Amino acid sequence: MLEIVEQQLLAPAGLEQHHLDLVLDHLMGHQIDFADVYFQSSRLEAWTLEDGIVKEGAYSIEQGAGIRAISGEKTGFAYTDELQLPNLIQAADTARAIARVGQNRSIATAEGGTGRQLYAAANPLDTLSRSDKIALLHQVEQEARRQDPCVQQVIVNLIAAYDMVLVAGSDGVLRSDIRPLVRMNVHVIVEQDGLREQGTAGAGGRTELDFFTRNARGLDLARDAVRQALVNLRAVDAPAGSMPVVLGPGWPGVLLHEAIGHGLEGDFNRKGTSAFAGRMGERVASPLCTVVDDGTLEKRRGSLNMDDEGTTTQQTVLIEKGILKGYMQDKHNASLMGVDSTGNGRRESYAHLPMPRMTNTYMLAGEHDPQEIIASVDKGLYAVNFGGGQVDITSGKFVFSASEAYLIENGKVTTPVKGATLIGNGPEVLNLVSMVGNDLELDAGIGVCGKEGQSVPVGVGQPTLKVDELTIGGTV
Amino acid sequence: MRAFDHKAKYTQLRQLVEDVLKEAGRQGASSAEVAAHSNMGLSATVRLGEPETIEHTRDNSLSISVYMGRHKGAASTAELSAAAINEAVSAACSIAKYTAEDPFSGLADADLMATEFPDLELYHPWDIDIEEALTMALECEAAARDYDPRITNSEGATLNTGQAVGVYGNTHGFVHGYPSSRHSLSCSVIAQQDESMQRDYWYTTARSATALDAAAGIGERAAQRAIARLNGRKLKTRHAPVLFRAEIAGGLLNSLIHAISGSALYRRATFLLDALDTPIFPEWVNIEENPFVMQGLSSAAFDAEGVTTSRRKLVVDGILKGYVLSSYSARKLDLQTTGNAGGVRNLSIQMGDQDYDALLKTMHTGLVVTELMGQGVNPITGDYSRGASGFWVENGEIQYPVEEITIAGNLKTMFQQLVAVGNDDDYPGSTRTGSWLIESMMIAGE
Repeated sequence: MLEIVEQQLLAPAGLEQHHLDLVLDHLMGHQIDFADVYFQSSRLEAWTLEDGIVKEGAYSIEQGAGIRAISGEKTGFAYTDELQLPNLIQAADTARAIARVGQNRSIATAEGGTGRQLYAAANPLDTLSRSDKIALLHQVEQEARRQDPCVQQVIVNLIAAYDMVLVAGSDGVLRSDIRPLVRMNVHVIVEQDGLREQGTAGAGGRTELDFFTRNARGLDLARDAVRQALVNLRAVDAPAGSMPVVLGPGWPGVLLHEAIGHGLEGDFNRKGTSAFAGRMGERVASPLCTVVDDGTLEKRRGSLNMDDEGTTTQQTVLIEKGILKGYMQDKHNASLMGVDSTGNGRRESYAHLPMPRMTNTYMLAGEHDPQEIIASVDKGLYAVNFGGGQVDITSGKFVFSASEAYLIENGKVTTPVKGATLIGNGPEVLNLVSMVGNDLELDAGIGVCGKEGQSVPVGVGQPTLKVDELTIGGTV
Repeated sequence: MRAFDHKAKYTQLRQLVEDVLKEAGRQGASSAEVAAHSNMGLSATVRLGEPETIEHTRDNSLSISVYMGRHKGAASTAELSAAAINEAVSAACSIAKYTAEDPFSGLADADLMATEFPDLELYHPWDIDIEEALTMALECEAAARDYDPRITNSEGATLNTGQAVGVYGNTHGFVHGYPSSRHSLSCSVIAQQDESMQRDYWYTTARSATALDAAAGIGERAAQRAIARLNGRKLKTRHAPVLFRAEIAGGLLNSLIHAISGSALYRRATFLLDALDTPIFPEWVNIEENPFVMQGLSSAAFDAEGVTTSRRKLVVDGILKGYVLSSYSARKLDLQTTGNAGGVRNLSIQMGDQDYDALLKTMHTGLVVTELMGQGVNPITGDYSRGASGFWVENGEIQYPVEEITIAGNLKTMFQQLVAVGNDDDYPGSTRTGSWLIESMMIAGE
């Protein structure tokens, strides 16, 4: 793969491998512990169907190189969208100036790993012809409209991206990756007797666009979005207060992402700003909970052959049977904490600095039948779909917003309730998990995680699980 | 920071926009519009008294929309090489051959193009080098850490400075642009006492460095905010009045703008459908947008389609008097564009005569919200449910901090139940409002 990427990314700018050494040599030197250069070239194509017509298509190009120099805890960073050698040298000069300010302290750096392919190095933009993409959008729309006369508006988005990266580091790493990513989202608005509601569904992964035509997956999304909108149309006001909550499998794993995932990222723990800092080896969850971050799942949205520092991704056990076992690390934080990178060094693009980020974060399956879990609740909430979430990693408080939820009454799922925000405390919430289902599912592949202004694609997952007490932000 | 030659940059981008418009025509576009931007900046972060990160930012972008009759294609590139621009233009033209005919698409009408370009004083480059930037960030963080022994840790202080040139042009012959600058200083620290650890921040931002608040003051306010949150409690689930502190009340105005924006209206995806000329607030509420504020953070003489912007009242005596439209959404609704392609500019609500303390007295007993979490707003129904933290108030005085609660209601009702807007608009940003006192919301906690 390295040859392909060198040829497509470096050769047009007249760059060869020895030029990378030249830039790195230029970066290194007095008081610089580590430096790397990150080349990226991306293409993305997005189509939108609305009002029954494919009214918009957009194509975007991104290309450039980010250059980083690290001296102790300090980082200097510059980037350029011009890949010629003089521009790279100029950016390197700018980045390495960091060593001249403040105090310096030496660090050791971790090594990268070997190659492996979790997804095809293909350009997904070309995997369906433009006519076929448009036909697919229309099929999905018609499927949605066919479901119910209440459907007023259907918006379908289809996005395919092709990302080529190459990393050269002063630790000897020289690796590349070709990363396809596709996604489809369906948004429907329904109207009945003057009431209006919405439903959404989406899916995707590091694969090709026929992902949506095979097994009629696109049509499933249409049906699911309408189903959810119709459920919301008859939803009653959500309850307010603390009660048991049963979370469905898959996407509700956003709970783990917010409640503990961010809090276990290496940078926050090195700096002591996370509610989980200094708690390694302690109990932070009930013994039923084992949570991992796994960048090695085939074709998943959060998966990567290597992270953006050239480190092979891995499965990292974060919590094992309730005990805190590991943090997610990039090279810089790992070396400052005296551990190895876990392959979680990610960046939004060449124009952003890498930092520890999640890949696919999920809880392993337990022993309970999901029906048994629901049956164990007298009065509570069953939440199966969520919008976004947010966490304050210092106080540990987190929220996530249910977009499809039902009451549980006397052990049975009954009336749908309106969307409501759920709030809890990260270090406490997993201690309140009293039942874990045997039905582990990963989400459908639509997650976007934001941190310090940088967005990266991620995955989440979990089996059905019961939290004995969570605060539900309803109105009655 | 090394100044960039904004005049040369402007000439270069203007030429680029004109060339790309011509090239689109050669490739068969019947009309086209192009926006090009270039910016350059410096970001210096210190943490625990030491430099931590220095980032040099330098971004370019060009975006193009082409119309083949009423078929639209779009493309953008973050790299301005001839090869990338050619690839973008041909991609946009190629896409337009596949998109459907949309009778509402196209450029804004030629007679709406801005013809006057007042100097809104948006460009004040800051000649600051790395050492000076670090010194200012260090002063800011030190003020926070020295403020109180309970400030035990820090996420650092960051000084940002940036300058940009943007040019927009379309095949009506409109090609205009201007330079702008923006600077900011922020600080985020951690307070600790017993088992409680809390983080909070404060910042200042302005077009001109001289308009920034003093570094030490930013640090102190970040420290005060973090300390005030220590040892927060949950509340019992109950109904109570809620005071949205000024710096987050702007979010309620944003929800209003979203609800009256063209795309939400033509999709019928808003809780304010057909609300024009009806009362949506109490009759003392007036809301205005003013794109011509000198040095305003979102001031501009023309919108993202070249349409002249205007100072106008969106809400008069509580009655909704205007929508927020681009030319596309306006045509869909059979209305005229309001010059809001790209959003509203410098929104403000008429403030009352009560300061923050007076509002607490008016509320007597209730919840002050200083931070909201999550995105729990349903734009179609107006249903509102978000995580919150702040302070519990009794007898008009703050009793203790609260956290891990939610507040819920419906925006339509919340707007109607607005009791008062304070004059305490002591926060940075382009939206001007004081704190909002809402008669009653559901608070969920223990």
